Amino acid sequence: MSQILEPSPEMIKNDKIYKQMGVSDEEFALIEKILGRLPNYTEIGIFSVMWSEHCSYKNSKPVLKKFPTKGERVLQGPGEGAGIVDIGDNQAVVFKIESHNHPSAIEPYQGAATGVGGIIRDVFSMGARPIALLNSLRFGELTSPRVKYLFEEVVAGIAGYGNCIGIPTVGGEVQFDASYEGNPLVNAMCVGLINHEDIKKGQATGVGNTVMYVGAKTGRDGIHGATFASEELSEASEEKRPAVQVGDPFMEKLLLEACLEVIKSDALVGIQDMGAAGLTSSSAEMASKAGSGIEMNLDLVPQREAGMTPYEMMLSESQERMLLVIKKGREQEIIDLFKKYDLEAAPIGKVTDDKMLRLIHKGEIVAEIPVDALAEDAPVYYKPSKEPEYYRQFQSMPPYVPKVDDYKETLLALLKQPTIASKEWVYDQYDYMVRTNTVVAPGSDAAVLRIRGTKKALAMTTDCNSRYLYLDPEVGGKIAVSEAARNIVCSGAVPLAITDCLNFGSPEKPEIFWQLEKAVDGMSEACLALNTPVIGGNVSLYNETNGTAIYPTPVVGMVGLIEDTDHITTQSFKEAGSIVYLLGETKLEFSGSELQKMLEGKIFGKAPEIDLEEEKQRLDQLLAAIREGLVQSAHDVAEGGLAVALSECLIGTGLGAEITINGDALAGLFSESQSRIVVSVKPENKEAFEKIVQAEAIGTVTNSGILKIVNGNGETLIQASVEELEQAWKGAIPCLLK
Amino acid sequence: MKFAVIVFPGSNCDVDMYHAIKDELGEEVEYVWHDAQDLSGFDGILLPGGFSYGDYLRSGAIARFANVMKEVVKAADEGKPVLGVCNGFQILLEAGLLPGAMRRNEKLKFICRPVKLKVENNETMFSNKYDKGEIITIPIAHGEGNYYCDEKTLEELIANKQIVFTYQDNPNGSLNNIAGIVNKRGNVLGMMPHPERAVSELLGNTDGLKLFQSIVRSWREAHVTNS
Repeated sequence: MSQILEPSPEMIKNDKIYKQMGVSDEEFALIEKILGRLPNYTEIGIFSVMWSEHCSYKNSKPVLKKFPTKGERVLQGPGEGAGIVDIGDNQAVVFKIESHNHPSAIEPYQGAATGVGGIIRDVFSMGARPIALLNSLRFGELTSPRVKYLFEEVVAGIAGYGNCIGIPTVGGEVQFDASYEGNPLVNAMCVGLINHEDIKKGQATGVGNTVMYVGAKTGRDGIHGATFASEELSEASEEKRPAVQVGDPFMEKLLLEACLEVIKSDALVGIQDMGAAGLTSSSAEMASKAGSGIEMNLDLVPQREAGMTPYEMMLSESQERMLLVIKKGREQEIIDLFKKYDLEAAPIGKVTDDKMLRLIHKGEIVAEIPVDALAEDAPVYYKPSKEPEYYRQFQSMPPYVPKVDDYKETLLALLKQPTIASKEWVYDQYDYMVRTNTVVAPGSDAAVLRIRGTKKALAMTTDCNSRYLYLDPEVGGKIAVSEAARNIVCSGAVPLAITDCLNFGSPEKPEIFWQLEKAVDGMSEACLALNTPVIGGNVSLYNETNGTAIYPTPVVGMVGLIEDTDHITTQSFKEAGSIVYLLGETKLEFSGSELQKMLEGKIFGKAPEIDLEEEKQRLDQLLAAIREGLVQSAHDVAEGGLAVALSECLIGTGLGAEITINGDALAGLFSESQSRIVVSVKPENKEAFEKIVQAEAIGTVTNSGILKIVNGNGETLIQASVEELEQAWKGAIPCLLK
Repeated sequence: MKFAVIVFPGSNCDVDMYHAIKDELGEEVEYVWHDAQDLSGFDGILLPGGFSYGDYLRSGAIARFANVMKEVVKAADEGKPVLGVCNGFQILLEAGLLPGAMRRNEKLKFICRPVKLKVENNETMFSNKYDKGEIITIPIAHGEGNYYCDEKTLEELIANKQIVFTYQDNPNGSLNNIAGIVNKRGNVLGMMPHPERAVSELLGNTDGLKLFQSIVRSWREAHVTNS
């Protein structure tokens, strides 16, 4: 066994070794002041991960404060493993979204898999049974071999983890754009169900109580993962592969079942996932939240390999581990409980009253740091913000009008765009049915799961059109939240709350920080208008490759409540003879549209407008009509505009439709004006529907199997068999991957 | 009739199986942990889908050594209905209760989708409520469902009418489109598709219900005759 020689405190200072860990000179000086001495190697390692952006939000905190986080149904806002919202009958829904972008850029299968594993632990560490997974993925254009590889492996990694642990992956989104070429986004969301009395918190209360370590052994994987996640990607990032963790979904399944059993025990005081920064963050945060301290003997930590140093143990991000605080004297019950699942539960320390994180290794104190300094007192930076030049140019441009000769060919080409095309190739690999609660499977506006034993169901979605955000982050932020709400309402649910994953470039650049600020402003305004508070989320900055940032991509994960399963609504037309309505006004808005991207190879101009009051009113009207049983189908008009939306309403139904577009044909077919919804209604419900909902009847559903769209003069704009639309839409992604 | 749902540490369709029996079929059912020593109190044994021990090795290869498997073999020998779905089917193959083996799907990807099956034999205790040749839709969800056996075994399966379900549009490369087979005696069925996922109107498919009803019907008939 070789003993690795660690640098001395003096060397760390003089050789500025802390800089390799992402700690700045000012931060190092602050650490020295907090400790009243120089930190040793273990301590500087601990500070560096706890003060990374990933753990401390030091760059984004001032911005995040703007989010509305309170609401009458909110039981737990940001700050714990996941947020919690009341859904009545003593039940609550628990959910959170998190990024695993950097690991996935380097090792896509394990990066994506462990992203899923981490978010599941966040949810069951609250005491909740995870019931569904969603994701939001971004890749470069599906033309380069590298992007295809990333895409295939990320999907396989998500599938591998979720399928094995047996939590259905029910929804998500995938978009492709050159800005994500070297820096894909992998955001995973987990939704759980809980009874109020089972809600647990990550708190280390009760001096003398025992700190227990459960789950997988600690190895040398993922060391410094949180630090790695807080810097830009570059060619050198390949060397960071050891910072990527390796997942074991079977281990997590055991841990999940054991933890859900342990939360029923009154011996449990607190529980927290060992996620980013592993043992360090879980112990420091649990103690800090409770106003206590923790002392741990690292010799007792279950270890995968011999000779691990305190530095390695504290910074390891080995997966499938949890930290528990157990009432003193009750340890054996917990050990026995975990033994049933062939899991080790090891007492490794105790709760103290001195607010210190104290680590002992081989009889010596190897670290002694005030817990608040780690969990609460990371420096907060107010970054300079500057309106980018490109934004000023875009704002001054005249409205973009695309040149289109053949409407039908344009529609077919749009359906083949990877962002619009069917994602069947993706969700075919996800077990979206396991646990048999999935009422609406992937492919509709939102996924819907019934809540067994009740009449209730939950609708859930992830959304973000980052093109609009690039053109105008404030408007785009409003649209992201509104689109999620639209998808939720189209499924028959009332939106409850959101979780967000703020994926941006480097906050060191004032133009990027401006994007972050504006996006959060827009999202906050929409959250207030639509009554969907933010109950938690994650920030992923430094999404850049070789100095180029991704589009601002604040992914919104939203959950809605369906009071009665009879209200569940899908996007597909149901029968011939139904009246097709369009809700919302169509304007000539093509900047940031799929059509602009397709024709010009880039996007520019002003983002489409959105009026939040109008959006709210429209969604309220639609939901009222759905609850009255007047709506057969509802579908949000999104990328590609009305012609694409109508195609999606028809594909797979065997039906057709005859639609009349009054006004500008080009806008009517392909504009991406916001707050629009296609709805179908039985003729006998026409009057009742029109009494509740302001909408324009634009045609009827037929059994012809043909989509026919004419203008106000009866001239045909598009006539296409649904079969050929379906072929274009379904074949595109498999074809690109060949 | 009282069913046991065998739970291995990595089973994940155990809940689905349990609720299919309890809520949709209306029969008695209990979860039985993999270290159980006695299944004599049960009339039917169900091995659910999942990843019994992680299945990092061949699926089901470790599960066959679980304590409860001796009891499952005993129940099969006694003529009790034993149904293995997905991972349950893989375990029955590994345990030697059914002939053949599973390979990874032809395209090497996990597949989850509803597929069309043909009822080849409706004279088993698992299929008597279906019509012969009936086409039903049952979901699959597996990465290792590519059934294989040698030529002689295949001949026997055909001769003894042991092939109960075949795929209409073979999704995984299975030999002769095989989706489900019974043992010679006819009381052990293994199938990759998940009938327990197709028992609810709300979830949009009830084609799997008749499979469970068939088991109950056979059991009732046997019991009326016996008493």
